[in-house]
Amino acid sequence: MYPSDFYYTKEHEWIKIEGDEGLVGITDFAQHQLGDIIFVELPEIGRELDVHQTIGTVESVKSVSDIYSPVAGKVTAVNEALSQTADILNKDPHGQGWIVRLKIKDRKGLDGLMKAGDYEKFLEGLEA
Amino acid sequence: MRYLSLSDNDRKEMLAAIGIGSTDDLFGCIPQEVRLARDLALPGPMAELGLVREMEEAAARNAYPRFLSFLGGGAYDHLIPTVVDYLSSRGEFVSPYTPYQPEVSQGTLQVIYEFQTLVCQLTGLDIANASLYEGATGAAEAVLMAHRLTNRLKVLVARSLHPQYREVIRTYIRNLGLQAVEVPFSRDGRVDAAALAGLLDDTVSGIVCQSPNFFGVVEDVKALSEAAHGRKALSVVVVAEALSMGLLEAPGALGADIVTGEMQSFGLPLSFGGPYLGFMACRKEYVRQLPGRVAGQTTDVEGRRGFVLTLATREQHIRREKATSNICTNQALCALRATIFLESLGRPGLREMAWQNAQKAAYALDVLTAVPGVRRRFAGPPFNEFVLEFPKPWAEVDAALRTKGIVGGLGLEGAFPELRNSALVCVTELKRKDDIDRLGRALQEALR
Amino acid sequence: MIKEIREPLVFEISAPGKKASLLPPLDVPETKGLLDGVALRRDIDGFPEVAEPEVVRHFTRLSQKNYCVDLGLYPLGSCTMKYNPKVNERLSALPGLAATHPEAPVDLVQGNLSLLKRLEGYLSEIAGMDAFTLQPAAGAHGELTGMMIIRAALEDRGDPRKYVLIPDSAHGTNPSSAHICGYTVKEIKSNEDGMIDIASLEKEMAADVAALMVTNPNTLGVFESDICRAAEIVHARGGLVYMDGANMNALTGIVRPGDMGVDVLHINLHKTFSTPHGGGGPGSGPVGVQKALAAYLPVPVIEEKGGRFSVAFDRPKTIGRVRSFYGNFSVIVRALCYILSLGPKGVREIAEYAVLNANYIRKSLEQDYHLKYTASSMHECVFSDKFQKEHGVTNLDIAKRLIDYGLHPPTMSFPLIVHGALMIEPTETESKRDLDLFIAAMKAIAREAKEEPETLKSAPHVTYVRRLDEVAAAKTPVLRWEKRG
Repeated sequence: MYPSDFYYTKEHEWIKIEGDEGLVGITDFAQHQLGDIIFVELPEIGRELDVHQTIGTVESVKSVSDIYSPVAGKVTAVNEALSQTADILNKDPHGQGWIVRLKIKDRKGLDGLMKAGDYEKFLEGLEA
Repeated sequence: MRYLSLSDNDRKEMLAAIGIGSTDDLFGCIPQEVRLARDLALPGPMAELGLVREMEEAAARNAYPRFLSFLGGGAYDHLIPTVVDYLSSRGEFVSPYTPYQPEVSQGTLQVIYEFQTLVCQLTGLDIANASLYEGATGAAEAVLMAHRLTNRLKVLVARSLHPQYREVIRTYIRNLGLQAVEVPFSRDGRVDAAALAGLLDDTVSGIVCQSPNFFGVVEDVKALSEAAHGRKALSVVVVAEALSMGLLEAPGALGADIVTGEMQSFGLPLSFGGPYLGFMACRKEYVRQLPGRVAGQTTDVEGRRGFVLTLATREQHIRREKATSNICTNQALCALRATIFLESLGRPGLREMAWQNAQKAAYALDVLTAVPGVRRRFAGPPFNEFVLEFPKPWAEVDAALRTKGIVGGLGLEGAFPELRNSALVCVTELKRKDDIDRLGRALQEALR
Repeated sequence: MIKEIREPLVFEISAPGKKASLLPPLDVPETKGLLDGVALRRDIDGFPEVAEPEVVRHFTRLSQKNYCVDLGLYPLGSCTMKYNPKVNERLSALPGLAATHPEAPVDLVQGNLSLLKRLEGYLSEIAGMDAFTLQPAAGAHGELTGMMIIRAALEDRGDPRKYVLIPDSAHGTNPSSAHICGYTVKEIKSNEDGMIDIASLEKEMAADVAALMVTNPNTLGVFESDICRAAEIVHARGGLVYMDGANMNALTGIVRPGDMGVDVLHINLHKTFSTPHGGGGPGSGPVGVQKALAAYLPVPVIEEKGGRFSVAFDRPKTIGRVRSFYGNFSVIVRALCYILSLGPKGVREIAEYAVLNANYIRKSLEQDYHLKYTASSMHECVFSDKFQKEHGVTNLDIAKRLIDYGLHPPTMSFPLIVHGALMIEPTETESKRDLDLFIAAMKAIAREAKEEPETLKSAPHVTYVRRLDEVAAAKTPVLRWEKRG
């Protein structure tokens, strides 16, 4: 279910490392909790983000959730497709539904994140 | 007490079911030391007849309804078709809550949807909300919206905007680090284009002007909008006399990006200033920054058309401190009245009413400026209000007119010290030729 | 059956040539070339044209698609849907009141000013405050006004401070109102009784905190028993206490916020004082303050001297104007009529019977529905769908099924600290018969949840429309009618 090469946060974001860049999205668990996603607010390209700073928001019919940056970095690309069809986030949260691409400023931030196995255990804890 | 529906026996049974001896036991969670140990010092209780007499006496203490009045200035005395009171007083419209349960609120929701459509048609813009409190807070909300859309901190506000609207804008932006700069008016009563050009730069979020403005003068909305757009600022047009939209070109068609204001003219009594009906319309690309409730069309599980409140994620109950506005309520019952009003008048009726206002104001302007010493203050084109200047202080003119049972207009010197000896006069379709002539004669005598 | 008439939009039944006859012909000489040089509109595209009989049918049919208090119990928690006395409608529309212009010279509207002043006084007495403004147009507007007053007072002391503390059980408007006053919100956790955790408050109440915003009774319907202690903590560190008075219906005549250390509060006239909700407004949200804050109230302020009323604008410390004119006057008149009808004993009975009715419902349903917080209830009780979830039934399903029983659903979106909440507020005006009908329906639904959950999940079944696609509505918003082709 959860790709083994991703890192995960307790707020249900994932980051996939590609060289000195990282692709960020929200997890399948998160999209399921939100229900039908109708709108994603994306940041401007070039924005500098600290760890745990708000990247943007994801909206369903009756909820709004912040998306937090798993690491510090600079936004190099955003998934424009989401502004047209936000429901990609429901359909393919770990692939087509990526949200931003970051140039990672400090890889040390990754140490505090979970790997897939730990994240799955974390989820079991939540559901209990 | 009136309006309680429990019998003594009901109460006894209910207390027994709960397992307590008296209603006092229900308040055990409130610390004894703060509880009120006495009766409230209030009058009453009054029986219905007593209450009716009491309120009729209070109403009789208002001498105003016995005067012939030419007051306007953001609140207008217009015809209210009989069907407006008749239909809007139905319990099914008066006594429901906000339509959060669409299956049992289709009446209110469809009315809101029709209201939004009518506002769009009148303003010439793409979308509108379900209404706002009233015109002044609408203007303030528009200023905040222009800031959110542009991220710019300064807004230009025409001095010819209703002075109370300007004050409310000031109150709202004070704690948010925004700045409002006033744009003066020129000799014809319209926004001073040269001054505006001097103030307009790339830090300006929008230009807020009123048309017809507070002096009753129709602004050049097209030129103002073009000026704003030249600096990527928004053109915000406030309409305080909504009836003008029955005759004048729609602000949206002249370049306005946001149109807001007051629709009291559409079927709401003067009622000493409230409740009134704020409205807001904008271009569709700004939908996510539009404050207030919005109804939208959708379908039910069987494919039938229905309406729901939608785009709720903009609102305070979901977005909490990040909401576009803290507005919770709209003015649904007032919007209903406006909807019934507009649908009763229809296209020809609205035009006719607006045209009669303009015609009667034009006639009044002729009659009153024919009185020796009375001068028209601004040459700009009027709709149903205009400013007159007198050879002596307005307070004296006003006092003299009142001895003849007339409230001749609204003195301007308080809000506009630069407009000495001046008053704003409003003439609606409810004024007969005789009324206007009577004002003319009274003015002549007052100035003799 | 009327249910089967699908009422079109007015635009769909419009046709040219249906002229209303409302105005006599113009009785002044016509001015030619009127508004020369001004852009005039030719037409209003798509604007309706219908005959008066059609207008009457249209709105009468639409009205029948609404549930309302005049029809039955409306148990929306925190909304206080009580009976709206009809005499108040009649009196607020008296021509002597309704025909008065807000800019009328004060000499000519002494009656209006006397009514406003009277209600200010009565509200001050009921809430235990020193002064009131009737300006705010609604509860959230009152909150905003109240927080502006707090900010202005603190600024005057030299520092407006940065934070506002808000319990996690608060109304959603509270954080948004604080934010618009330039404050950052810090949330205070509730303890296991659903009340403000005093230890957390002690910890969070620092020198940079401007105020505590508290709802009492809170959105769980629980009285904050430690309110006085909380107020002491806030005051000791130079902060102020704001109370959201949305739930005053539980307190009238029993206890006064001003006696519990509250510095500023707002009251919803459309809740506690029975002015009609009108399908979502107009409301009215007067704000009361203690003496030390009276100077900051918005203008205009009504003053009385020897039976003559005047209006003061020149108040150096005022926060300014928060709206035009004098507030929602006709709403204010209704609330005044309500208080006069009730008198001191009746105002106390509001709270007594509101709390009695809520506790009767709570007691009658506590075997059928889960009660997360068991502290004693005031005017409302908050159940959850925990028992029904075992059968896959949510609070939404329960709510929609209630509609089939001819009743309005309770509040579900609050409080945030109860998942699957069913927040029930019957109000004092209900008869035992109506309360029992509601209880019976809720019990039947609890039974159905076990035996035939599908009936609930597809409810409502007998309404004009059934469950609506809110996702589609939000995804591709259609917010107005448009002419085709």
